[in-house]
Amino acid sequence: MTSNDFRSQLLEAGVLVDAGSPGLYHRSADYESVVRALEYYVRRAGHGDNPQRLFIAPVINLETLKGSGYVGSFPNLIGTIDSFDGDMKQLSEFRDRVDSGGEWLELMSHTDVALPSAACHIVYPMYKGATLPAEGIFFEVQANCFRREPSMDPARLQSFRLHEFVYLGSPEGALAFRERWIGKAQELLADLGLVLGLVPANDPFFGRGAQMMAQGQLEKELKFEITATISSDTPGAISSGNYHEDHFGDAFSMSTHDGQVAHSACFGFGLDRITLALYFAHGFQLEEWPVEVRERLVLSRSSHLTESS
Amino acid sequence: MTDINAAIRQVLEAHGRLGAGFAGLRDDDDLYQKGLSSHASVNVMLGIEDAFGIEIPEALLTRATFRTIDSIRAVVETLGVANE
Repeated sequence: MTSNDFRSQLLEAGVLVDAGSPGLYHRSADYESVVRALEYYVRRAGHGDNPQRLFIAPVINLETLKGSGYVGSFPNLIGTIDSFDGDMKQLSEFRDRVDSGGEWLELMSHTDVALPSAACHIVYPMYKGATLPAEGIFFEVQANCFRREPSMDPARLQSFRLHEFVYLGSPEGALAFRERWIGKAQELLADLGLVLGLVPANDPFFGRGAQMMAQGQLEKELKFEITATISSDTPGAISSGNYHEDHFGDAFSMSTHDGQVAHSACFGFGLDRITLALYFAHGFQLEEWPVEVRERLVLSRSSHLTESS
Repeated sequence: MTDINAAIRQVLEAHGRLGAGFAGLRDDDDLYQKGLSSHASVNVMLGIEDAFGIEIPEALLTRATFRTIDSIRAVVETLGVANE
């Protein structure tokens, strides 16, 4: 089934509602019940590390976005927020432009808030200049992430939920953390009836030198993606494990307990992509999904979202 | 051969962030093994272009190009630079 066909089916079934920009959708209560069930499902799996948990604010501080390196590396993907803060005179001109279909966006000003591109980025600045404990720091975060990639492929959303597990500490600890999560995630997702692949991958670097960055990431196997079919012929990443070496440890001057630059790793679950993969695998009627999948997701518990609608 | 290599070494010293890896660096040493990160390799690339007044075409902006001093020199020579 082509991604176009899948998208049409999702819209016809009312699972997604076109929100007016490619890759932007309102979602049905059923769809949301799956996303929330998935969140609980992966949270349970992360319990053992007793991570600190934060649900990231829907918009973040612009400085945090800049500090993450995303602005320099992927400016084509970020979303900043403008607003109007002119005086009465400027307001008059602004309203003229709005009413006459003129360029009112030009009269907007930058603000100090922006959309997050990834969830883990808010963790690193929290440990700026810190000496980390020997056992490392474990964090669990979720954010509504924005990446400006308008696309008619329903698996490529501009706004999507990332649920991430983060480790800060030693190189050995970071690598072990990532390996453990890759293994655990494969089990968790296979248990939901998904047919998975595991591939080394690279981030979508942009500009001159992008190829060098991508090849470096691939050669050093810094990123692994767990893939599943979401309509198109090429399987899409639904989860990824990333080893950052000392990239964030250096950027935020974090040290290990024995004085080395801290390393970090993160493992992210793309809750929306996993949901779409589940719809693709099991169909559009939640009550017809395999019993063991419904039980593992405890879908009956979170279906209160549908009962009252 | 030495002038081009000397200029390459200067760029590596300025931008490569090799730290201890820079000492005793041979022309055929794997720079990535010596501590050259992908980020630093992009800065080295820009430094090389600056130093020799060249623009390296996209097809040659690869990890392989910047793996050794020898491989960097080969690309620089391909782009018409010769020893003085």
